[in-house]
Amino acid sequence: METIIRTDGRKFDETRPILAEVGVLKNADGSAMFKLGNTTAIAGVFGPRKVYPKHEEEAERAILRTRYNMAPFATSERNRPGTNRRSTEISLVTRQALTPLIFLDEFPKTAIDVHIEVLQADASTRCVGINAAVLALADAGVPMKDLVASCSAGKVGDAVVLDIAGKEDTEGELDLPIAYYPKKKHITLLQMDGITDGKEVKEIIKLAVKGCEKIYEEQKRALRNRYKLEGAD
Amino acid sequence: MERKLVIPGDFLGDGRSGHGAYEEDGKSFSSCIGLAEEKNGLYFVIPLSGIYSPKRGDGVIGKIEDIAFSRWIVDINSPYEAVLSLADASDEFIDLTKTDLTKYFNYGDLIFAEILSVSKTKNVQLSMRNRKCRKLRGGRLIKVTPAKVPRIIGKAGSMVEMIKEMTNTQIVVGQNGIVWVKGDHEDIAMDIITVIERKSHVHGLTDQVKAILEEKMKNAPKVERRREEEEEEPEPQEEDEFRP
Repeated sequence: METIIRTDGRKFDETRPILAEVGVLKNADGSAMFKLGNTTAIAGVFGPRKVYPKHEEEAERAILRTRYNMAPFATSERNRPGTNRRSTEISLVTRQALTPLIFLDEFPKTAIDVHIEVLQADASTRCVGINAAVLALADAGVPMKDLVASCSAGKVGDAVVLDIAGKEDTEGELDLPIAYYPKKKHITLLQMDGITDGKEVKEIIKLAVKGCEKIYEEQKRALRNRYKLEGAD
Repeated sequence: MERKLVIPGDFLGDGRSGHGAYEEDGKSFSSCIGLAEEKNGLYFVIPLSGIYSPKRGDGVIGKIEDIAFSRWIVDINSPYEAVLSLADASDEFIDLTKTDLTKYFNYGDLIFAEILSVSKTKNVQLSMRNRKCRKLRGGRLIKVTPAKVPRIIGKAGSMVEMIKEMTNTQIVVGQNGIVWVKGDHEDIAMDIITVIERKSHVHGLTDQVKAILEEKMKNAPKVERRREEEEEEPEPQEEDEFRP
């Protein structure tokens, strides 16, 4: 791995600048903002609360509902507001990425609603959304085993790089987002867009995990910051 | 004792886990944001956020949401609604065919009740049999994080007693994070409760709160005068006063 200079001057194993903030929405039970370079998402968590419509209720556990939405102004070309095929899919994979962490059986007959809004999109929006959602869930006091961190890696030209952004996304060969559960070293989200072989996939995943570990540290710091301020005068 | 701020996934120690924690391979980890504590090898976390989860024996403030044939449905600031049946509300015999239940508790009334039982499927039953249980008339409500209720009450009620005395108010604190305030300096009492909520894990909080209260009371003689005027007209007495 010799030095590769990327379009924005990063090293091959460097993420974009990370900014995480907890408690950004007043009316949500828990909320957070997460920024990875230009990609920005805010997440709000409501609940555990009563389930409506009632038939979705489960007698022995809480249900987790996620909604991923991209603002019309998030991309350079205006995108049509509302749910579409892409956002439905991302809502689903986000839910699947978060479910293993949460102690859903502690709140039977309730719903936990997670709303993710992407305000600015510059690749890896699902990763940023998951990162924001995890912080918001912790802020809401939903019992969880650990935080989950999410990051993408991919291939541009022949080089394997971490955290694909901008031109690398539109003109790169491969994009592979993962969500990583650091304590158990489990992967709870794995998607891939592009063609490669088994050996290279392993290499890309390894790099993405490295990015997740860095994001995990930032998430922990953001959470601690939020609650440390409370006691101080 | 120094208490440590923990977030989900933080290692607490080797041993069993209690509230706000979970166990894996004999090790305890935190499952929420809070302050870690240890007692006889049992690790638990006092949460700093989160909703109220009903527990048996808790005294809660609830609002009457609905009235069924022989019971009231009560909102207790939790995802689970509570049920107060007539048998747990009164000792006297009430003929349901002749009595209108709204006479006792009407829609929107506030009550302080005790949680009698919570089933596994989270069916909550209330009782009015405790001496402290009653209907709350007038006054104002504040919502606080349920986890911080013990700090508002203080050691053996020291904090809340001090506020009551200094502001000349009646205060009822529900374990579900609802505080009812009625009396002369309601707004000062409410302000101070929000201060306690914000500073809940500061050491020596009672003394700090006392200082703030004294400062605030110096600048608040006007409220008392208005109160005196009010008292000239007697409060309308309700018929059929409910006594459990």
